[in-house]
Amino acid sequence: MTFLWAFVIGGAMCVAAQCLLDWTNLTPAHVLVVFVVAGAIAGGTPWYHALVQWAGAGATVPLPGFGYTLVKGIGKAVAQEGVWGLFTGGLSAAAGGIKAAVLFGLAAALVFRPKA
Amino acid sequence: MSQSAQARYQYWVKTMRPKKPVAMNLVAAFLVGGAISEVGQIIQWVFLRQGLSPEKASTPTAIVLIGLSALFTGLGWYDRLTKLGGMGASLPITGFANAMVAPAMEFRAEGLVLGVGARLFTVAGPVLAWGMAAAFVVGLVRLVFGVAI
Repeated sequence: MTFLWAFVIGGAMCVAAQCLLDWTNLTPAHVLVVFVVAGAIAGGTPWYHALVQWAGAGATVPLPGFGYTLVKGIGKAVAQEGVWGLFTGGLSAAAGGIKAAVLFGLAAALVFRPKA
Repeated sequence: MSQSAQARYQYWVKTMRPKKPVAMNLVAAFLVGGAISEVGQIIQWVFLRQGLSPEKASTPTAIVLIGLSALFTGLGWYDRLTKLGGMGASLPITGFANAMVAPAMEFRAEGLVLGVGARLFTVAGPVLAWGMAAAFVVGLVRLVFGVAI
């Protein structure tokens, strides 16, 4: 069932983002920032965690999932290290994705030529 | 410009601006965004089957998705996906990766440091900065008010 809900929830989040893009004067970069911040705020509630249990990648692959990962990492680090976890937890949890994007980005820029 | 002239100008701009095919955009965003999430779910399922816990599986899933996105961006395929699906292609983590890789490739001519190195973060920079700030505030609020994880 997660496979069905992953598609539906992932698609629905993109529809919400498309609405924001089409009906306001926000640029795509603004929409992305709005969604990552919304994900961080929702990630501080039990509901987003429940959504992740229910829809799997549908809740973690779209950008709000990134905000959720940051907040979840902070929660975990604060539980272990106290207040310093506020500084270390978010990026620790997101490290794999960020580092992959930087490394693969560098590699792609060196290997590929942009199409005109 | 007098106020009425300004109003007339605004009206003129409104009538001249091409109408966005909103309904089609939404359907395309749903299908493309849903499909990318589904690919993520399948990759995660493969890692789960290899015995990783759901918590541990999310990082390798993100890395594989980002790697695929970088490859597709390099080949020029992700651009087509974005034209087709709009936010459906931009909102998933693959779109975030695309927003890092594409400018890095494009500005290669400006050098490896200020071209590739800096342009990686044109879109990722704001997202990371505000994401980190929001997560910090949410984490602080939860710490102060003692909300459980």
